Amino acid sequence: MVPVIAFWSLAALAVVGALLVVAVRNVFRAALFLVLSFLAIAGLFLTLHADFLAAAQVLIYVGAISVLLVFGIMLTSDVQRGSPNSSLWLPGLAIAVLLFFVLALAFTQGAWPVAEATPLSPTTGPLAEVLFNRWVLAFEVVSVLLLAAVIGAVAVMRRR
Amino acid sequence: MLRDLLTGFLPEAVADAAVTFLVVFAVINFALVVATMLTFVERRVIGRMQNRIGPNRVGPNGILQAVADLLKLLTKEDIVPRGADRWVFHAAPVLAFAPGLLSLAVIPFAAGWILADLNVGILFIVAVTATTSLSLFMAGWGSNNKYSLYGAMRSVAQLISYEVPMVLALVSVVMLAGSLSLREIVEAQSIPFVLVQPLAFLLFLLATTAEIGRSPFDLPEAESEIVAGYHTEYTGMKFGTFYAAEYLAGFMWSGVIVSLFFAGWKPDLGGPVWWFLKTMAVFFLFIWFRGTLPRLRIDQLLHLAWKVLVPLSLANLLVTGIEVLAYKAILGVAAEAPLPLAGLAAMAVVNIAATVVVLLVLAELLKPKERAAGSAVQGVGVRVGG
Repeated sequence: MVPVIAFWSLAALAVVGALLVVAVRNVFRAALFLVLSFLAIAGLFLTLHADFLAAAQVLIYVGAISVLLVFGIMLTSDVQRGSPNSSLWLPGLAIAVLLFFVLALAFTQGAWPVAEATPLSPTTGPLAEVLFNRWVLAFEVVSVLLLAAVIGAVAVMRRR
Repeated sequence: MLRDLLTGFLPEAVADAAVTFLVVFAVINFALVVATMLTFVERRVIGRMQNRIGPNRVGPNGILQAVADLLKLLTKEDIVPRGADRWVFHAAPVLAFAPGLLSLAVIPFAAGWILADLNVGILFIVAVTATTSLSLFMAGWGSNNKYSLYGAMRSVAQLISYEVPMVLALVSVVMLAGSLSLREIVEAQSIPFVLVQPLAFLLFLLATTAEIGRSPFDLPEAESEIVAGYHTEYTGMKFGTFYAAEYLAGFMWSGVIVSLFFAGWKPDLGGPVWWFLKTMAVFFLFIWFRGTLPRLRIDQLLHLAWKVLVPLSLANLLVTGIEVLAYKAILGVAAEAPLPLAGLAAMAVVNIAATVVVLLVLAELLKPKERAAGSAVQGVGVRVGG
């Protein structure tokens, strides 16, 4: 009973937050609603027994990505009124409609199997096992990629 | 006990919910009272350190000063600046309070005295306190005031920089205990980890001081430079909320430091008294810092974080990792099990010696080249060593 209530209220919060991101004119507030949506998704992870993932979601999305967004917003010219109408609205609309149909198709046609096994209770240990044994190459490649991106950003800035 | 009493006339689920609610209510109120009293304690102690008396008029020894301040703040006019983003402005102080309160849930106050024994406990604390920067930014932005915004920008730069050494210092503790749960970390401390991981403790202490924006890292609200930083425009109880949130965070982080490095509630004397005394001792350290050290400039602050603390914490992490593996191999313990007492003791001897050497070298390296520039950074290095 409690998980069901938690799921539906969190899902509603996530969707309303995401809608308001698009609907609100003020870009700063839009970013805040996006953070609300992130938080609700962290809550959804909790209802799925993914406690490590939930903490990581809050740490990375609410703590770090949101700050990056806010810094980006401070560089935009007109925060109060948001972005002006773009001449690209027609292609944008087309892509949005297409994406909607693809997603709707996936939701209605896809099989949604429910896992037989009960979820692992502490997920941290098993997660580390998988990440640092089986997928260690992918993990290291991602680290190197991120490092390259950071160094690249610094190099681009230093040229000025 | 209380639960038995309630199940007498209530359905079981409702009784459970009521007991949970009451316990949480009690803990939150206790924390708030402590945070309020700490404002008074700090003013008295700082007064002593600055060779003056401090507030001593309200009640015996001025003990009711915090209550008087609270009543004053409650009755003050609530002003919203023109041009402020009202919703953001109002929401910021509320949000600033959340991390401190939420984090209290995973701190073990005594054996079995923990609200929620999450197995990702310490990660949970790091995650919820990471939202602090957002609430400060909301305050700075919503106020429509340049000083508020400066304060917010500074605080964000500071919080992001100091989170890195903080988490890296944490990981070395986690490696020793083999768990992220604060309860298990406390239980793993047959020797307090401050002896086993002295360098990690110093790094964590500095990073925490920066995290809660206390002197010498109080740039976000540097009163001599940017009025009051992010809460410049806040009046009445909204200002009070920020003020209390700061002390609550200070109390909470002191409690986390005690759990991570000072063996939490151990040795068990029954009840949370021992934990509380240790926490107050750590908070006294924060007050001491404030009474001793001048404020850093923003460039010195970032220099210290990225060029001193981050490399040190990385080196500490590497050495700790090697040590943990080596001692486990020597003692023949499984890789998953926490390190036994002998391993911890051996590590303590090695690490204390290494830390002393590192601090001496660091003090030499950070000596100011010209007297004017960089003297504050050097001051921090020396202070940590002494």
